[in-house]
Amino acid sequence: MRYAETGYNLEVDLSRGSIDRVETDPAETELYLGGLGTNAKLLWDRVPPETDPLAPENLLIFSTGILVGTPAPGANRTIISTLSPQTKLMAYSMMGGFFAPELKHAGYDKIVIRGKSPNLVYLWINNDKVEIRDASHLQGKGTLQTSQMIRQELKDPNVQIAAIGLAGENRVFFASIEQGKSSASRAGIGAVMGSKGLKAVVVRGKKDVNIAHPAKMMEKCNDILDYIKVRDKNPLGMVPPILAGLGSPQEMRIHDEEWHTTNFAWGNSRTRRKDFWTEDVEKEWTKTSEDVRERFLSCYNCPMSCGASVAYPGLQKYMMKCYSKLTYTMASFTDLDFGFRIVQLATDYGVDSFTCPQTMAFAIELYEAGILTDAEMPGFPADSEGRFFWLLDKIVKREGIGDILADGTYWAALRIGKGAEAYAHNNIKKHEQLPLKLGMLNPIYFLMYSTGEKINITQIEGQFPQAPFPTRADREDFVKDWVHVPHERFKQYFLDWEPRGENSNPYYPTVQMSCELVDWMEMMHYVDDSVGMCAGLSSFPLKPAYHIHNYPEVLSAATGLAIDEEALSRMARRTRTLIRAINIRRGLTRDDEKPPEDHWKKRFPELEKQLIDEYYKFKGWNEKGIPTSESLHELSMDFVADDLKKRGYLEE
Amino acid sequence: MSGEKKVEFHVHKKRIIKNIKIDVDKCNGCRACEVACSLFHARPKYSSNNPARSRVRVIRDLVNDIYVPVFAGEYTPAECLGRDKYVIDGKEYDECAFCRASCPSRDLFKEPDSGLPLSCDMCESDPPIGEPMCVQWCLADALIYEEREEEVEEGVAAGDMEIGVEALIVKYGLEKIAETVGRLSKRDKN
Ligand code: SF4
Ligand code: SF4
Ligand code: SF4
Repeated sequence: MRYAETGYNLEVDLSRGSIDRVETDPAETELYLGGLGTNAKLLWDRVPPETDPLAPENLLIFSTGILVGTPAPGANRTIISTLSPQTKLMAYSMMGGFFAPELKHAGYDKIVIRGKSPNLVYLWINNDKVEIRDASHLQGKGTLQTSQMIRQELKDPNVQIAAIGLAGENRVFFASIEQGKSSASRAGIGAVMGSKGLKAVVVRGKKDVNIAHPAKMMEKCNDILDYIKVRDKNPLGMVPPILAGLGSPQEMRIHDEEWHTTNFAWGNSRTRRKDFWTEDVEKEWTKTSEDVRERFLSCYNCPMSCGASVAYPGLQKYMMKCYSKLTYTMASFTDLDFGFRIVQLATDYGVDSFTCPQTMAFAIELYEAGILTDAEMPGFPADSEGRFFWLLDKIVKREGIGDILADGTYWAALRIGKGAEAYAHNNIKKHEQLPLKLGMLNPIYFLMYSTGEKINITQIEGQFPQAPFPTRADREDFVKDWVHVPHERFKQYFLDWEPRGENSNPYYPTVQMSCELVDWMEMMHYVDDSVGMCAGLSSFPLKPAYHIHNYPEVLSAATGLAIDEEALSRMARRTRTLIRAINIRRGLTRDDEKPPEDHWKKRFPELEKQLIDEYYKFKGWNEKGIPTSESLHELSMDFVADDLKKRGYLEE
Repeated sequence: MSGEKKVEFHVHKKRIIKNIKIDVDKCNGCRACEVACSLFHARPKYSSNNPARSRVRVIRDLVNDIYVPVFAGEYTPAECLGRDKYVIDGKEYDECAFCRASCPSRDLFKEPDSGLPLSCDMCESDPPIGEPMCVQWCLADALIYEEREEEVEEGVAAGDMEIGVEALIVKYGLEKIAETVGRLSKRDKN
């Protein structure tokens, strides 16, 4: 018997219309754990590096993580992996909610989709019965309505549905896959789904997920719940309220938005409004939020209630996630009320709430600079709200200028020319970043921005404070119950980190320390992504519920495998290395590994070079960022070295 | 068999009423209660998770923002002829939304493989576990456990029993029932 996992994948070829239930090799679990790890292995094995992301040969993988469906609180992530049409690299966006547990209860660890259906279809997985069904009646329908129609059609309110909207159907490079409460939004995976002619994946599962050591597992889960309760009663000091607790930032509960609105840039990631947050704004925004908020909602088997349902008068209800409401508000220089209105539409169309508002703000800048004119944008409204609604509509329909903007700022700027490139200024690896423009370079963040391959800072940062605390006493207080660090010396790094003076950014933490800290933070994300754990309980917040010291016991109890800290680190390292190798084969180079030019005002080219050099070495990569034969051998991944040699990336 | 069950069977003057108060407004729809219940009733205990086996289910309707934890009550062989539909605070709840029965009209509260009815047993176990599992795992405090003692009038209770036995006699015949009672009392002594 397989524990925690089902041991089966569902293989669907939409070109041929074939569906197979395929047993997986338990040895792969021991090497890559599951979720993201085994997804990467499938992409490495089966998608040739020259594949066009929107071609039928690309795989679209919906995966559970190894702990999904076990009692581990918060293990509910669906890890969707494919090649990105925007970055051209591997994309691995994830979503919370209820989809992955349902899939595992239906008896599958993953759905591996290839090919392209000639007409629009949806996949209906009802335990052992799986069908490809016609979806022509759902064409052009929003994600909210699609879910509603499918639920009625199947006469089962308990099915879980992951669907694309108009944006995905039209292959917008930042189209999301929406699942009611959650979405997988980054890097255009919704466009890949659209390119396959797949409108939705629907799943219902009623099977057991087995636990290897039941009593032990329950004991561990109860420890996690107890810790969550303690953390709930004791929010951390010294950090903005929005980051003081566990879970995703509590955007629907906490109304103090000073941190986001004054630290993050408005418009096309340009303008800091340091005085924006006043008592009047706070009053007004609190009222706006409370008027439309219906209920706090959680993902499967998690008490944190990070999301909320939003009922804006006259609009269909939807779920607000994280800080989408602010990305639109801030990109458009409007107010929260507008945020709530446009996010409803954006959710229905299925677009990413980071890239989409930024792309629209970028278009407005180009228009104001005279690079785009009324010739390209006939009927472009004069007011900001009107402009955003106008642009959103054009983009998701790929109409006129919308067809160009739908590729995101990097590709749009190339096509527009006339100096538009300078306006696509907030990208890393062709992908729009958080709108942050800061003063002094932070060496840890420099490394994370540059080398992260999930290409979104929130998916690599976490656990180590974002900035030094003002006084030594504060820092001493913080490290007291900091059991989460893998090495005691990390506490010292933090204790000695000062806001000013010798031990401050950019030369402290030192290069060596920065490498160690970034490697730790990144590793925990890779673990979560293979486990299917929400980063909000684990790799993202300070002092999380899961960490390197308690994960091994939870994982061993659930799976029956002997997993200790060393084994878990190695699994994460393998996955990390494999993703790097996939991207190297797809053309990633050291040149791509840099933050936006204007991310920090004060830059230090020599230090930056040294940071990258040392970090590559630390990771076992050569000076070009390619994993070396030796490090691959050490990870039992000679097959990767052989391939990289064959293709000329490594020397024979 | 647990001690508690016997309290209910033999007629005493006092019995403990176990009650789970459901605060629907606090429910965040996380289904941890379903997970906990299915684990507790797995054999061996905690050896598998499957919300489809849970004796509490969260009736969810995302579009209408409806989240109602419902506990499995008794099995009923026939579905109701008249159904009820509630509208509360402008939200229209599905037909039968608040009904606890394991009933032929829906697949709620049935074992997924055998179709046998499931009913909430308040986590009766030996040794007792204190608060029921679903309550322990509901960190949102949507489920609150209460115990109270209630006086039971012997006459009435006996009447209840009489009615029950009578119903059985009608269904199976007096002889069969007498046989069964005889067999059971022998087994109880062993
Ligand atoms: S912490 Fe929040 S986002 Fe994460 S699983 Fe729980 S409810 Fe979902
Ligand atoms: S555990 Fe509590 S909050 Fe979660 S679904 Fe059940 S009743 Fe609702
Ligand atoms: S009280 Fe026990 S048996 Fe009843 S629903 Fe809750 S966990 Fe299940």
